[in-house]
Amino acid sequence: MADRGEGGAGRLARLAPTLGLAPFLAYLTIFLLIPTIAVAIGAFQEQGRFSLTNIEALVNPAPLRRLWSSVVLSGTTAVLGATLGALLTWLVVSASPRSVLRRTVTSMAGVLAQFGGVFLAFAFIATLGFSGVVTEMFRSLVGVDIFGSGWLFGLPGLILVYTYFQIPLMVIVFLPALEGLRPQWREAAVSLGATRWQYFWQVAVPLLRPAFLGSMLLLFANAFAAYATAAALVTQGSPILPLMIRAGLTSEVLLGRQNFAFALALEMIVVVVIVMTLYALLLRRTSRWLR
Amino acid sequence: MKGRLVRGLLIVPFAVFFLVPLLAMLDFSTRDGDGRSGRAWAALVENEQLREAIISSLLLALFTVVLMVVLLVPTMIWVRLRVPRASRMIEFLCLLPLAIPPLVIVVGISGVYAWVSYFLGNSALTLTFAYVVLVLPYAYRAVDSSLASVDAVTLSEAARSLGAGWVTVILRVVLPNIWTGVLAAAFISAALVLGEYVFASLLNFDTLPVVVALLGKSDAAVSVAASLAALMFAFVLLLLLSFAGRSRHAERT
Repeated sequence: MADRGEGGAGRLARLAPTLGLAPFLAYLTIFLLIPTIAVAIGAFQEQGRFSLTNIEALVNPAPLRRLWSSVVLSGTTAVLGATLGALLTWLVVSASPRSVLRRTVTSMAGVLAQFGGVFLAFAFIATLGFSGVVTEMFRSLVGVDIFGSGWLFGLPGLILVYTYFQIPLMVIVFLPALEGLRPQWREAAVSLGATRWQYFWQVAVPLLRPAFLGSMLLLFANAFAAYATAAALVTQGSPILPLMIRAGLTSEVLLGRQNFAFALALEMIVVVVIVMTLYALLLRRTSRWLR
Repeated sequence: MKGRLVRGLLIVPFAVFFLVPLLAMLDFSTRDGDGRSGRAWAALVENEQLREAIISSLLLALFTVVLMVVLLVPTMIWVRLRVPRASRMIEFLCLLPLAIPPLVIVVGISGVYAWVSYFLGNSALTLTFAYVVLVLPYAYRAVDSSLASVDAVTLSEAARSLGAGWVTVILRVVLPNIWTGVLAAAFISAALVLGEYVFASLLNFDTLPVVVALLGKSDAAVSVAASLAALMFAFVLLLLLSFAGRSRHAERT
């Protein structure tokens, strides 16, 4: 970073402003970089020595099954969230940014998407749990027990609750792209004789495709890394990867390997980094015409 | 108009999907046998464990906001004014917590937290350090968009030519101009901290979400009441934020 080839005093004067960044960089080193590096190193260690046992253990059937469940959960909710979220975004984008509808929807989306998975878990326990409001309503009115054998506390329940925060996240990230579609483009298309349908398929969809796919990737990463909702909802067993990391952290020894949680965390980071890199690439394509 | 009618009809299923769980929470937390009572809601202040958790979560939100502002805002202004070549690196570092899941940081942070508790004791408030990292991407975006809308370099040159020192430039010239961005960063950070569960639960500190999850096993009604209260509180915070950010949006369009 430093400029070279000047005299000592000149270089010092040039470097001085960079020193102003030192507190910030030191802080991030301690609380972000060191923990991340500790995970990467810990994954290749066992009892203080270099070892590949934990990495090799990742391909055992149990962790592979959890990884697959996590991918299914993230993939399903990313597709559902992106599709329904894009529809909802389209519904609210026509309202003025200062209108009550827009303010309410965006604030609500912020709360549901980014705030407190634990609280959302309890929202669904109150709705569809054993004595949930909707469950009891079905029991007394229709005579059907929709609680069943507790699907809410397994993978199907996670898909439902995750969709509940994925749709709002889609609204947040997709709104700028949809707002960036300029009315002039529509007018230009219409003045050239395009129908509403042609404008949609031949102008709007190709323009929005990178943003849409990028948002879907972001949703995937978001669900893949989410922990709180699943942890509060699923108290027994660990059907998905994040909960297996919990089991590895809270029980002293998992599968007889102390550092297995590190290997699982490394696996998680690899998946998320790949997905987020693709997201960044797609975002760059969108930003060409956005703003 | 036909289009408006279609949109109005399509928004109904969304409203049902999002409002039913929230209304169910209200119903669930107020029923008592066959009647109604505010027992679960009264527990928010009467239950000692819950009350202490609420207080420590609020304190954590406050401390995190203060430390975030002290650490991030001067750095960002400094980068803009004096070290523009570092701006890409700072942006990358600030957005990095989006790519590194909190769960991963928790797994690796035990060594760092052994030192933190050695120096500062074993208090829930030490979570502040980890939370500043967690809120960094959101805070960065809020401050950055507001910093981009003022010409900080010209402002600082004007102030410097009138004899102002760098501290004056940052605190009394640039900061007042990006106030809405800093406020937005503070609000979103507070909301994130109040709901944070990963760090608190895995490092064994009793914050609001941790206690809510814990109580859920014995008294679900109290947990549901606390959850609804927390969601509403965050909603009000973000709604206020949307009004604070008004001038910024007006400038952009």
